[in-house]
Amino acid sequence: MNRQRLSGWGRTAPSWATVLAPETEAAVLEQLAHGPVIARGLGRSYGDPAQISGGVVLNNHALGGISTITDDGVVTVGAGVSIDELLTLTIPQGWFVPVTPGTRQVSMGGAVAADVHGKNHHRDGSIGDHVLSMRICTPTGVYDASPTQHPDLFWATIGGMGLTGVVTSVTIRLLAIETDRVFVDTTRYANLADVMAAMVEGDDDYRYSVAWVDCMTKGAAMGRAILTRGDHVTREQMPEATLRAPAGAKLRIPVDAPSGLLNPLSIRVFNELWFRKAPRHRVGEAQSLGTFFHPLDGLADWNRLYGRRGFVQYQFAVSDQHADVVERAIARLSSSGVPSFLAVLKRFGHGNASPLSFPMAGWTLALDLPVGPAALPQVLDDLDEMVLAAGGRVYLAKDARLRPESLRVMYPRLDEFLAVKNTYDPNNHLTSDLARRLLLGDK
Amino acid sequence: MENAFGQPQRVIVLGGSSEIARAITRKLAAARAHTVVLAGRNPELLEVAAAEARDYGATDVPLVTIDAEQPSSAATSVIQAFEAAGGSVDLVIIAVGHLGNQITDEVDPAAVAQMLTVNFTWPAVALTEVRNRLLAQGSGRILVISSVGAVRVRRSAYLYGSAKAGLDRLCDALADSLDGTGVSLQILRPGAVRTRMTAGLKEVPFTTGPNEVADYVMAGLASGDRIIWSPPVLRWVYLILRHLPRKVWRAVMDRA
Repeated sequence: MNRQRLSGWGRTAPSWATVLAPETEAAVLEQLAHGPVIARGLGRSYGDPAQISGGVVLNNHALGGISTITDDGVVTVGAGVSIDELLTLTIPQGWFVPVTPGTRQVSMGGAVAADVHGKNHHRDGSIGDHVLSMRICTPTGVYDASPTQHPDLFWATIGGMGLTGVVTSVTIRLLAIETDRVFVDTTRYANLADVMAAMVEGDDDYRYSVAWVDCMTKGAAMGRAILTRGDHVTREQMPEATLRAPAGAKLRIPVDAPSGLLNPLSIRVFNELWFRKAPRHRVGEAQSLGTFFHPLDGLADWNRLYGRRGFVQYQFAVSDQHADVVERAIARLSSSGVPSFLAVLKRFGHGNASPLSFPMAGWTLALDLPVGPAALPQVLDDLDEMVLAAGGRVYLAKDARLRPESLRVMYPRLDEFLAVKNTYDPNNHLTSDLARRLLLGDK
Repeated sequence: MENAFGQPQRVIVLGGSSEIARAITRKLAAARAHTVVLAGRNPELLEVAAAEARDYGATDVPLVTIDAEQPSSAATSVIQAFEAAGGSVDLVIIAVGHLGNQITDEVDPAAVAQMLTVNFTWPAVALTEVRNRLLAQGSGRILVISSVGAVRVRRSAYLYGSAKAGLDRLCDALADSLDGTGVSLQILRPGAVRTRMTAGLKEVPFTTGPNEVADYVMAGLASGDRIIWSPPVLRWVYLILRHLPRKVWRAVMDRA
């Protein structure tokens, strides 16, 4: 019996489960005949969607395989293949993933379950917009799902946090690239209003855009930011450039840092240095794909910097009409002395047809928050209120503490999602700690 | 299911009408607890505590009557509480206890038996059934209310202190036995707490109110620390006190 202690990337709320690594669809279907069961990829969700206390966790690692890439960039990938493994193969052939989150260490199955988005959502949407079809194992059988075949299961599985079935393979259309470089424009902004104005004005001129925001400063300098925007470098622009896949992590955090290493003082110091290090304004810098897209992948197990207590991530989306929530959220954090080590601001385009689609046209802010400050739970509840009042929502792939009642308001199509889940999983075998916490079906 | 801060959704409170238990229940209900089973001796007091829990946000507050003077009833009471919870239980708080009156109790064999039963034996038996139930669930937390008086028993409260000391040692080792099971146990050691029981007595240093204790409990649920001290400074105070030579200890404590 392989019982393991599992948690999310934030290393909070661990629970114990039996972990298996099925190698075939038949093996997956056999496990789905009983509950409680949930799939798990590389565990990069921050909270508890890929664990189930006292149940069975199906690690998708052995569901591998990458097909040949067609001339127009279509490839079929096993759910257990990570974006890192995929890119190692595709970049040298001139193909990139159409959407990537901030780390390559996510499985394709996990990427679909979380409907991951990246720095190009305002132009290219989330991964669900690029999935042509998937094979999904459910307690009622295995299905080839696409927008035209079992569309209810297809869309419910995208962003469905694994609760509708276990994805075994994904067919996506890749993005053609000519070099392994991105031209990047970097600008520092003295405050939040300025960076947000710049993003509204100029983001459409770039494929990729993201702002790092300092949440620790107060007053006029609140929300000072570093905005980085870029596009793939073409062969014409840089004939000498290569097509090399990014290297693996060079450093690793070997042990848990002492609790409190990342505290208001150390974070303020870091932020000050980080802000000053960035150029006031630099145009056309050629960065490698790894540096631009996956900066934290260079430091393996970086979550250990948060120590034994771990951290939570809070990410919300609000419409343009309610852009003030971004400023009010940062102000609330700043005034409560709850430190956020990393705050990332992006523009969002429209969401897709998935009933649990997180993105909505407007803004998204993602915050890393060390567990420790006594005020943190209440501050996050207050942020929930702000987001709810603005008709916004919180991202389930990051969540570890939302109220069930808030979920219902944030995701008005929740009942539709549960109806589809009930069709393909009538006895609620597929469940997770997240599902239990948010009262999605099971007790 | 508990969240990232260890805040539970379904709670059982054994000894639910004590002031400390009520303060903790208020905080839990305001956080994420929707179901709180309150178990106690006095149905009227339980009703008051239940109404309060509902005011603070709990939707379901079943009540269970217990008799802490009958250890043979402890297991049954725990089973009733688990059934009343109606689902998997995230946190069980053991807040059963009785301060007693040392001066009159220490000469009375029956009173001594009662003090040890209510403060040690009944909770220990209840803990056994709680442990079994949570292990069967594969997850859950236990919070046992001990006392700083358990760290080194003093003459002026040796019945309460020694009973708590026994419970405290039992819990510490039981917590060790739960390693790797998905079930955990934490011990709350409050110093003097301002309550009905202590009203009118001279206030000792480091006294806190029940709400403060509850705040430390919430922080302790998030940190997962084995021992939760209220207030935290008492950890250092008792580190020194427990090692004082007896004459010095007697001199310090007999004055307090």
